[in-house]
Amino acid sequence: MSSRQNKSVVKLIALPVTWLVAVYFGALALLFTTAFFTIDSFTNQVIYVFTFDNFVDVFTDSAYFKSTVRTLGVAISVTILCVLIALPMSFYMARIASKSSRNVLIALVLTPLWASYLVKVYSWRTMFTPETGVLASILRPLGIPSPGYGLFAVVITLTYLWLPYMILPIYAGLERLPTSLLDASSDLGASTRQTLQSVVLPILKPAVIAGSIFTFSLSLGDYITVQIVGGKSQMLGNVVYQNFELNLPFAAAVAFIPVIIMVVYLSTVRRSGALESL
Amino acid sequence: MQLSKRSRWTFGSVTVLGFIFIYLPLAVVVINSFNSSNSLSWPPKGFSTKWWVKMFLNEGVRSAVATSVVLALIATTIALILGTLAAAALTRYDFFGKQTISLMFVLPIALPGIVTGIALNNVFTSVLGGLSFFTVVAGHATFCTVVAFNNVAARFRRIGYSLDEASADLGAGKWLTFRLVTLPLIRTSLLAAGLLSFALSFDEIIVTTFTAGAGVQPLPIWIYENLFRPTQAPIVSAVAAALILISIIPIYIAQRLSNTHTGLE
Repeated sequence: MSSRQNKSVVKLIALPVTWLVAVYFGALALLFTTAFFTIDSFTNQVIYVFTFDNFVDVFTDSAYFKSTVRTLGVAISVTILCVLIALPMSFYMARIASKSSRNVLIALVLTPLWASYLVKVYSWRTMFTPETGVLASILRPLGIPSPGYGLFAVVITLTYLWLPYMILPIYAGLERLPTSLLDASSDLGASTRQTLQSVVLPILKPAVIAGSIFTFSLSLGDYITVQIVGGKSQMLGNVVYQNFELNLPFAAAVAFIPVIIMVVYLSTVRRSGALESL
Repeated sequence: MQLSKRSRWTFGSVTVLGFIFIYLPLAVVVINSFNSSNSLSWPPKGFSTKWWVKMFLNEGVRSAVATSVVLALIATTIALILGTLAAAALTRYDFFGKQTISLMFVLPIALPGIVTGIALNNVFTSVLGGLSFFTVVAGHATFCTVVAFNNVAARFRRIGYSLDEASADLGAGKWLTFRLVTLPLIRTSLLAAGLLSFALSFDEIIVTTFTAGAGVQPLPIWIYENLFRPTQAPIVSAVAAALILISIIPIYIAQRLSNTHTGLE
């Protein structure tokens, strides 16, 4: 590469990289340094003495281990549900629906993104209200009690919130899929099911992973939905939120957990080309 | 691929169920905004437009919407500039450290918002000496940059580099090529990225909670503070219903954009 090209790259990239490093990565680095400090138990001020205590607390107290497992469980369930709903819906919208209705359908998927997050969660609170909620009034004639608030309500609400982020990359992937590929598969004698399983699904892998990065990370850090529909349940986000004012070093140590999970996840899926499908 | 009637029907009915799942809560919000009851109880007691009237007269709603619009516009503008520069560099050149820098442009949306939130809060309060309107702008611009980058980078990958080279061969300078060749080709992706980034900023609650100074009250914060006040909750529901209805405009624009050809397809 010529030095002239080098100069153009630097000119282009300097400003965005400076911004990200100064605002974002600088802040992250400072936060994780704070995790190795402690606080004065009377004033709650950070004392700059190096210690592993916060990490020892996080990894030895079984309560935090339980919230980590619970949070991971919620994030995994939400991601699986989103994939299960998004795959058939996207397939219908991108390959079966008529060309003219495709744009309308994808617009219908996007509309909820403009409605307020809080209001959507609140609406689910109305749905899950025990006894008088929308779900209770639908389920009562069937003899099923409403599940009420709790982890189940959290999983359904988060699935609802992040579903468009899963549908979009899968839809885009399906739309790009050449028809000739599907025709070739059926010409070679594959049934619809075989074509879907051995041609369509493998091609969609990066798109599904791209969607899962959103559904996973958005679920891992959520603390508001849990407050509104989760009943007494606690997730990692709540632990971070509750400790943030009183004990910043400890909150920072807890915040390390979802970051480690995401970094491990990103580095495993990096080779799949998923990051280009975001 | 020929699909049997049965599989078309199966995919179709799952899609219908999916749309019911997507629209049921939104319908509950819109119906509740016309609820004559003073609390958001279900089922609604009767029909009334009083919450809509109260919303239009509410000073808090108006100033929160204005704050959110200004915030989203500034954050989106910064994001489009930074995102486009980064997209051009990372899709059109090969250089040392490219992989690492690409990953840098994924992390702000791949890491949970609460981590971003407390990290920025910590830096802004300890280094900058406090939170203000501009700290929210900085927070929003950061994740919006990633969204802008993703959209514009996808377009750059698709259009390739040959037209720019042709323009340079014909004697056009860098700026002229950008203005007459590159910009028209990426224009629709800039608009799409702008709309998405505006929407995300307008609705961001977590990063906003941690970066907004006292007295800075964008719409999500106003909603959060009023959602659980029994007398205010129905107004919140009218605001939400209004947002759902207004959102038809940007979505219509976005759809028109995706239909216009870039001239290369």
